[in-house]
Parts: sequence; structure tokens; C-alpha cells
Amino acid sequence: MHAAVITFPGSNCDRDLAVAFEKAGARVSRVWHKDTDLPQGVDVVGIPGGFSFGDYLRCGAIAANSPICRAVVAHAGRGGYVLGICNGFQVLTETRLLPGALMRNAGLKFICRSVALTVATTDSAFTEGYQAGQTLRVPVAHHDGNYTAGADLLAQLRGEDRIAFTYAEPVNGSAGDIAGVLSENRRVLGMMPHPERAAEDAHGSTDGRQIFAGLVGALTAA
Amino acid sequence: MKARVHVMLKNGVLDPQGEAVRHALATLGFDGVKGVRQGKVIELDLEETDAEAARAAVARMCETLLANTVIESYTVEIG
Repeated sequence: MHAAVITFPGSNCDRDLAVAFEKAGARVSRVWHKDTDLPQGVDVVGIPGGFSFGDYLRCGAIAANSPICRAVVAHAGRGGYVLGICNGFQVLTETRLLPGALMRNAGLKFICRSVALTVATTDSAFTEGYQAGQTLRVPVAHHDGNYTAGADLLAQLRGEDRIAFTYAEPVNGSAGDIAGVLSENRRVLGMMPHPERAAEDAHGSTDGRQIFAGLVGALTAA
Repeated sequence: MKARVHVMLKNGVLDPQGEAVRHALATLGFDGVKGVRQGKVIELDLEETDAEAARAAVARMCETLLANTVIESYTVEIG
């Protein structure tokens, strides 16, 4: 399984994301934001956390219009897998690969702590290794993680079982306490919490590891 | 030709920053502020000399980058 991890100016979780994929057994290529193409044969694209382009204009907005993101949108359009974490989730909503938007936290503060997540669906390559309703401990570190969606979109996401993770208790004001959502074809996942920071014993939690292991397993078997 | 873009959160989208500003104003004794909405002003200096062409171009810029039309609306002033 071949993963590509993108680096934008201001990305700071790119290495951790690459390591998480590698430790799960993936071959990882590192890709620069000015590249116009993904490496041949990439199965999954990882869009890391950080502060791409200094969060100027809106978080993720400038990154979403960078040359590599055109290739990511094309990859997703061909049915390719994409995992966007934190700033990567913001990039995915800005590209419209995922619906909704991420706004300033309701409490206005940057939140950096471990939170409890609930696995809301196991119907995806990212989450099939978990139990539905399972609680995970995974860190969040964001200022703009307040998932904003109208009533129609919320109903649609629920109806289509596209909410991947919810916060077990309110964290940032997100509609429906949503922490992660899936695309219609269930192959694009955006989430604010950082599973790559809960992937090794030294991290204090390994609850995020299964996302990478599940992806590698699903895509290697395919 | 100059253009000025106002980007505001759409009605109905909660504005945590505007709400914090409203709260701060009340704390400072500025009573009677019923609501605060915070937005952005973006000024553009364009080579275009035709007002309608400039307006159309800036609208495309707003749709592509300057505003996130999922949560934001924009207005364009030319000249």
C-alpha cells in the first residue's frame, strides 16, 4: 500500500503522519505542495495537521487552492482514498471534497488536550477495525475545529451514516459534536483529532493506530 | 481599478468572535449592543479598466478563494 503525505508551508504534523503510515506497513512518499502530480500508484493521500500558509484568509483555504490539491481532488474523483487530519480536514472542506466548514471554536480558545471520541460508524476502511460506539482517547490541538453544518446537511450525514467520529462530550461547539466525517463514497475522511499522535505506546494512547492499520489492511487486500 | 470585497458570515451562522466582541463591549460599559458580526474587508488593485469586467473577475475570485460560500457571503464594490 502506497501512501503520499503532503507538506504545505506551515504543516507540522507531516512527519508524524508519515511515520504512522510507515509503522502500519505502508510505503510513504512525501509530496510538496507545489508538485502538480501525485506519485504513480498512490492509494491514499494524507493531508497533515499544522498551520498551512499561516492560516491566512481562512484555515486551509490557500492550501486547498495549491497545485497539489488539484491532483488530490482528481485522485478522490477516481475513487482514491484521502485522510485529512486537523488542518487537513480544513483543507478538505475548503476543496469541497467534504461538506460543511470548520469555524473558530465556540469558546474561542485553542484547545490542546486528549479527548474521548466515539466511533460513530464502522462502515469505512478507516473505521472498520473498531467497534461501533467504542470510545477512543485521541488528542486534539486546534483553534478552528467547530464543525458547522446546517440542519439539512446534518440530517443527510446522519441518514447516510457518514459521521465517522463524534466527541463523547462537547469540545469545540461542533454541530452534533462531530469530530470526523466521510465523503459520499466513504473513501475521504476528515477529522480534527490527531490519530497519528495516538499511535505508539510512548504517545500514551494507541487508540488511533487502527485507522492506519485498517487502511493498510483494506488497501493491501484490495 | 480598485475593488473592495466585504466578506461576512451568512445570516444564521453563529459568529463566536462577534459574540466575544459583543461581550467585551458590554463589559466595558457599552450598553445596548444587541449583536456584533465580524467580517473581512479585502482591497484589490486591478489592471482591469472596465467596471463590469472587473466586477465579474472579482466575483470569480470570491467564489474560488476569497470567500467560503458554505458559510460566508460577499459583496463587491468597484471604483
